Amino acid sequence: MSSPLVFLPVLLPLLGGIVLWLARRSLGVGRWGSLALAAVTLGVEVALLGLVRARGVQVMFAGGWVPPFGITLVVDLTSAIMLVVSGIVGLCVLGHAVQTLDPDRERHGFYALYQFLFMGINGAFVTGDIFNLFVFFEVMLIASYALVSLGSEPGQLRGGVHYLVTNLVSSTLFVAAVGTLYGLAGTLNLADLAVKVARAPDPAVFTIPAAVFIVVFGVKSALFPLYFWLPASYPAAPLPVTAVFAGMLTKVGVYAVLRVFSLVFTHDPGYLHAALLVVAGFTMLLGVLGAVGYDNWKRILSVHIVSQVGYMIMGIGFLSVAGLAAAIFFIVHQILVKTALFLIAGLAERATGAYDLGEMGGLAGRYPVMASLFMVAGLSLAGVPPLSGFFGKFLLIRAGLAQGEVAVVAVAIVVSFFTLYSMMKIWRYAFWGEEKPAGLRPVPAALYLPAAALVAFSVVLGLGGEALLVLSQQAAAQLLDGTAYVMAVLGAR
Amino acid sequence: MELVLALVIGVLFGTGTFLMLRRNLIRVVLGLGLLSHGANLMLMAGAGVPRGRAPILGAGAGAVVDPLPQALVLTAIVIGFGVTAFLLVLAYRHIATFGDVDVLGTPMDPAPARVQARAAADGERTVAGRAASRPAGAPGGGGDFR
Repeated sequence: MSSPLVFLPVLLPLLGGIVLWLARRSLGVGRWGSLALAAVTLGVEVALLGLVRARGVQVMFAGGWVPPFGITLVVDLTSAIMLVVSGIVGLCVLGHAVQTLDPDRERHGFYALYQFLFMGINGAFVTGDIFNLFVFFEVMLIASYALVSLGSEPGQLRGGVHYLVTNLVSSTLFVAAVGTLYGLAGTLNLADLAVKVARAPDPAVFTIPAAVFIVVFGVKSALFPLYFWLPASYPAAPLPVTAVFAGMLTKVGVYAVLRVFSLVFTHDPGYLHAALLVVAGFTMLLGVLGAVGYDNWKRILSVHIVSQVGYMIMGIGFLSVAGLAAAIFFIVHQILVKTALFLIAGLAERATGAYDLGEMGGLAGRYPVMASLFMVAGLSLAGVPPLSGFFGKFLLIRAGLAQGEVAVVAVAIVVSFFTLYSMMKIWRYAFWGEEKPAGLRPVPAALYLPAAALVAFSVVLGLGGEALLVLSQQAAAQLLDGTAYVMAVLGAR
Repeated sequence: MELVLALVIGVLFGTGTFLMLRRNLIRVVLGLGLLSHGANLMLMAGAGVPRGRAPILGAGAGAVVDPLPQALVLTAIVIGFGVTAFLLVLAYRHIATFGDVDVLGTPMDPAPARVQARAAADGERTVAGRAASRPAGAPGGGGDFR
């Protein structure tokens, strides 16, 4: 089905970003304009999900060029789910940002950059062409380079250089891998690639670009051993920026792995997907061990991102409907809960003026709502029933055991205990104990709203997870089969 | 021709990687430049060395060149240009704030007084400079930090 709605999640942030850039001196336009835009984008994305559920995969051929030529945009169930989650995160983090950001950053184009960031993120979700995946990655990254260094504080400069250089190297490898792939297949359209790789007389050659793509996406999604840039750069940025990066950016890398390694490179799972499983195991374990050592709320959460990405890659490595469905469910849960935890860290910072656990204490007595929100989100991250994290991990582990992948499942279970430990550490030092007397500030009720909305999603996805579970299973079946995707794109021929 | 291209790509990747491993930020930027040239050439070479005429309809018979890799490389060059420009600005900021080009070093080092003075004389004001002159934790002022 061809639908112009497919292009709107990219077009709206682009046009809105330009307007917000021109009007960047006006704080009122920036705040209310960007909030309104984020709400409209979310509405479009929800409508798109409804459309895909009702009428199947939606496509758009830019300029009317029939594939495999020209630029194709495709939204299947996986893309639609990711778009909706991106819309929710976009709106909630913005709700926090308009209340906490300093006017300097607001006047220097924060809101415009924020929209460009979401243009890149949404673009990566809807593109049906591997070179355009690169382009949208770059759109997202350029906006994120600017956001990470906006303000030019010393820590941001160090972190910004680190972040930029690492990602630039991976982008360079991306171009090289695309070149190799084009040389081998003669096309870059994902649907066309899927057909060509499946029909290739000697598919083993495609393992070469596929392995380079693992490295490229491994840098973007912070996989072992390429995650070193993340703890160095994420905590340096202002909180709303870190929150949206933590929620969305690494997950765009994970989405790229999900798409490419379930649609195109399925010719050699004995090597490629086994490699993904090994990488996933190390990512989970080393990420969580790194988090245990830190005493700074923002840093603990940042390093945890690495560990959680490992779970998602594990689900993709199983390459079965159960595994992919679990991965999709876990990605949705993780994006919402991780963003919520960062926003709660922002609440605590508003109260205490610090992110260091040593400078906090006794917040539970004075801020019961904050403490309850953290309790729910932290337990959900660790995977305690009946919250969404439990079902995400349960599905992953069940999928793994069904395929006899005992080693990686064992790692996943051990890592859960460490996750619980580091959440308890934040709870113990920030919320329990003696109240630190020095100047606790009041937290306005409106600031609780975005974090509370995200935590509510986690509870709803836990208690009423059936709907999302069925949706992820349909999405996973669609991904693994690939026929609906290929037919929607190439059916015109 | 393929051999020459392969050698050039190899040399570009090799020197680029060597420069990237320096601690000097400017060398890192130059290394990244070489690396991206290598990748762009690889994209061109991956699609086959161009032999034939320009793909214009009605301009004659015979083999034509595949125009797609060139369009892709053009896009990659433009993106690389933008990112390199941003990286250079970031490097300038880095030097103005820390007074050196070392990419390592302890985070949050304050800049030496002479560098801050010079940056101020340039008409440049960094948030770091202003942060030093106001009490910690105070909200940001309404200055221009471009």
